[in-house]
Amino acid sequence: MTSPADTEEAATKPNYLKMLLADPLAFIAAIVLLVVAFIAVFGRQLAGPTATQGDLALSRLAPFSTDHGWQYFLGGDLLGRSLLGRLMVATQTTMSVSVPVVLISLVIGASVGMWAGYHRGWRETLAMRIADVVLSFPSLLMAVVVLYIFSPSIASIIAILAVTRIPVYLRTARAESAELQSRVFVDAARTFGTPSGAIIRRHIFPIVLPTLLTVATLDFCYVMLAESSLSFLGIGVQPPDVSWGLMVAQGRDQLRTQWWLSVLPGLAIVITTVSANLLASWVRLATDPGQRWRLTTPRRRRRRRAVPVLEA
Amino acid sequence: MLTFLRRRALTSLLPLLAVVLGVFVLARLTGNPAALYLPENATAEAREQFSAANGFDKPIWAQLIDYFAGVARLDFGTSLRTGEDAATMALRAFPATLQLAVVTMVLAIAVAIVVGCWAALRPNGLADRVSGMLSMTAASVPDFWLAILGIWVFAIILGVLPTSGVDAGGASWVLPIAVLMVRPAGVLTQVVRGAMISALGSPYVKVARAKGASEGRVVARHALKNAAPPALTVAGDLAVGLINGAVVVESIFGWPGIGKLMIDAILQRDFAVLQAAVALTAISIFVLNIAIDIGYALLDARVRNKAGAAA
Amino acid sequence: MTDIGMKVDGLTVDLHTPRGTVRAVDGVSFTAHRGRTLALLGESGCGKSMTAQAVVGLLEPIAEVTGGSIDIDGEDLLTVSRKRRRQLAGPALSIVFQDALTALNPVVKVGVQLAEPYRIHRKMSAKAARAEAIELMRHVGIPEPESRADSYPHQFSGGMRQRLLIAMAVALSPKVLIADEPTTALDVTVQAQILALLARLRKEHDMAVILITHDLSVVAEEADTVAVMYSGRIVETGPVDQVFEDPRHPYTRGLLESVPVDAERGADLSSIPGSPPDLFSIPPGCPYQARCPLVMDVCRTSRPALVKTGDRAVACHAASASGSEGVSHAA
Repeated sequence: MTSPADTEEAATKPNYLKMLLADPLAFIAAIVLLVVAFIAVFGRQLAGPTATQGDLALSRLAPFSTDHGWQYFLGGDLLGRSLLGRLMVATQTTMSVSVPVVLISLVIGASVGMWAGYHRGWRETLAMRIADVVLSFPSLLMAVVVLYIFSPSIASIIAILAVTRIPVYLRTARAESAELQSRVFVDAARTFGTPSGAIIRRHIFPIVLPTLLTVATLDFCYVMLAESSLSFLGIGVQPPDVSWGLMVAQGRDQLRTQWWLSVLPGLAIVITTVSANLLASWVRLATDPGQRWRLTTPRRRRRRRAVPVLEA
Repeated sequence: MLTFLRRRALTSLLPLLAVVLGVFVLARLTGNPAALYLPENATAEAREQFSAANGFDKPIWAQLIDYFAGVARLDFGTSLRTGEDAATMALRAFPATLQLAVVTMVLAIAVAIVVGCWAALRPNGLADRVSGMLSMTAASVPDFWLAILGIWVFAIILGVLPTSGVDAGGASWVLPIAVLMVRPAGVLTQVVRGAMISALGSPYVKVARAKGASEGRVVARHALKNAAPPALTVAGDLAVGLINGAVVVESIFGWPGIGKLMIDAILQRDFAVLQAAVALTAISIFVLNIAIDIGYALLDARVRNKAGAAA
Repeated sequence: MTDIGMKVDGLTVDLHTPRGTVRAVDGVSFTAHRGRTLALLGESGCGKSMTAQAVVGLLEPIAEVTGGSIDIDGEDLLTVSRKRRRQLAGPALSIVFQDALTALNPVVKVGVQLAEPYRIHRKMSAKAARAEAIELMRHVGIPEPESRADSYPHQFSGGMRQRLLIAMAVALSPKVLIADEPTTALDVTVQAQILALLARLRKEHDMAVILITHDLSVVAEEADTVAVMYSGRIVETGPVDQVFEDPRHPYTRGLLESVPVDAERGADLSSIPGSPPDLFSIPPGCPYQARCPLVMDVCRTSRPALVKTGDRAVACHAASASGSEGVSHAA
């Protein structure tokens, strides 16, 4: 049995790589994210010892000079550690929080959401009520309480951030699946006695997936910002671990004399989140058959705006 | 109208109860809540003494009753650091945050209306690009970094604004509000822009134009009034979310508000004060939600009537 | 002959869509006389509403008027300044939309909406304009206008809302009133009341009414002249009794035959086989060729011009060939 989405894909066969190459902004964004991912995996090895063992002779070294090796291109901190090296190590920490949070909340939120939307009734009401309650409170407020009670560690940060983000996926998945469950092809599957789990997996999940991926790309920014806020406030990642937000906080006292210690790690956050936002708005257009023409028609008539979807 | 409010108040009460109960449950999950109140190096005897004095050795349901009674009386115990009543400390810090939040929201709404309307009237014009950049900034730039950038540029390099504190009068408000405003202004501008585009394309706007109404009249009297309800809902959510930003901004700029109190309480392990601050925030969010509902009903007669019909 | 209210000549509207530019209204000309009703008749998508929107200057941004003139009292609406056009909107030209629920602002009291024309054009005080609005509500048959003026649109029935919309349009006694499917959204008995109201107001204010509709029975009862539109062009026009008695264009004939003799008001026009051509792929020659029972070779290559015979005109090769005095000017 083929779902409408399958036939549609087959009919138009969008070439995503070609569309990405045709859009310089989205292409650059994708490259940046690939580099960030690469550093997140291999950064620690690449950076070498300069990231952890300072050379006091290079303490407070100003940036933008390669006299002391490429690791010191962005200058050195108080202990003479290379800022670039530390940034690379911090990438790993930041990503090892953000990626699991997005994955966990995506999987849980999407599963519960599709289940609730497919069955409707009390299951839907219950899931939505809980989501409303979680969303009606500032995420930081919850994180603050939880991280006080269970001392901050990477695991507890991941747990609390995932809890606050689950409702976002839950709502999206529920809305789409509630709409789909009334469609003819789902009805047909049901008449044949297909179990509900299989219907959700085979017919609903593939159609909801593009939307969920767009939401996840945007949410990735949110989670990164939340993690860095917590770390900046001193209730997130704890030394000797290091994350971008923590580096901004640590460099703050030297703002008057060594501005780069605080400003550059923040710039790393901005570059990554801007890239993710640009890519997300591209994904949204590319996966929507009704909007795709905007990416393939010549620039002159194009009215595309790279505006991220925000939630309060 | 009254029935409507009563029903909305009940639905808003649910999250409030969830937070208050959540704090209780989480504290018990650690095993001994007394440990949360006491310094980490407190002796075992001191802990037991504290447990007994605060009823933490009673059965769990009795503790729950005690706890809710305490919350109802705004009694969260005394601060470990200052020995002061925790609720008093929270209430004292509250106005500073409220002032900051109100000024920020008023300015953010003003910016959103001006830029959003203008962007809706001239797609791809200057205002449209400004609104796109604003929302990109709101979604991508961490507020703490923006704050530090602001301090670096305006306080350190240019020396025109103070680095922190509230002593410098008007000047000390500039950076905290500017930083806090970015997110609500960015999101609201997009909402106003979207709502205005749909309002401006609606038949009643065509009718107004067919009556010979000027562009200004169409926007002010017809479109904006219809764009207001969705913007108000989002503004409410943003005002709730402002507490996130307030925590960051207050602790960077040394603003003596509830956000700074919370962070200080955490860093000094002062659980009573943290609890009081969280509860007070939860209560103000509850009040805010009801205020938003009233505003919504006042803006749109259809909401009022539907509520009346359901009664 | 009555006074001319408005003269439209060669009006052409192009739509700029993502798929390319198409011509939605193609050289439409008509004259509306004061105190009389001209009906623009056609299926949905034939360009009749687009014509109305172009006349009142309320086209969507993707639509663009690319030719023609719209003349009221010697002024061409397409060339006057925006300011002048606003001054004319109301006192010279007014429009009644189809769906009164969306055409009235849901969050503004109806008394305020009805007072607006007086506030804008006669610079009246709020109080004086409100008094005029209440008088206007009474005039169109709204009971208890003093208290109802403070109600919101959703508190009125569909027929009452349409009355409010009409009242707003005739507030300043315009020379020309365009009624765009004014009764489509209403049930049959209310339709009759609204049409009677329009006819009464037309006489009282000596307005030229342009009635846009797909409903033959409405045309038969209310209109003096009819212009039948197909695929963005007028294919036949003339006095209603003559056109309905002796239709010359096969499309008009098809329309009339699709209605049973004792047809009810609001009967559909669905019984001509086929559908109008897609605007993106209009064939050369006559746009009606695919559905026409009289189609000839010439119809596939050359577009028939609108040929005038006395009060009437028709754009059809077959009609010209079968003995009308007019000479066909193939485009």
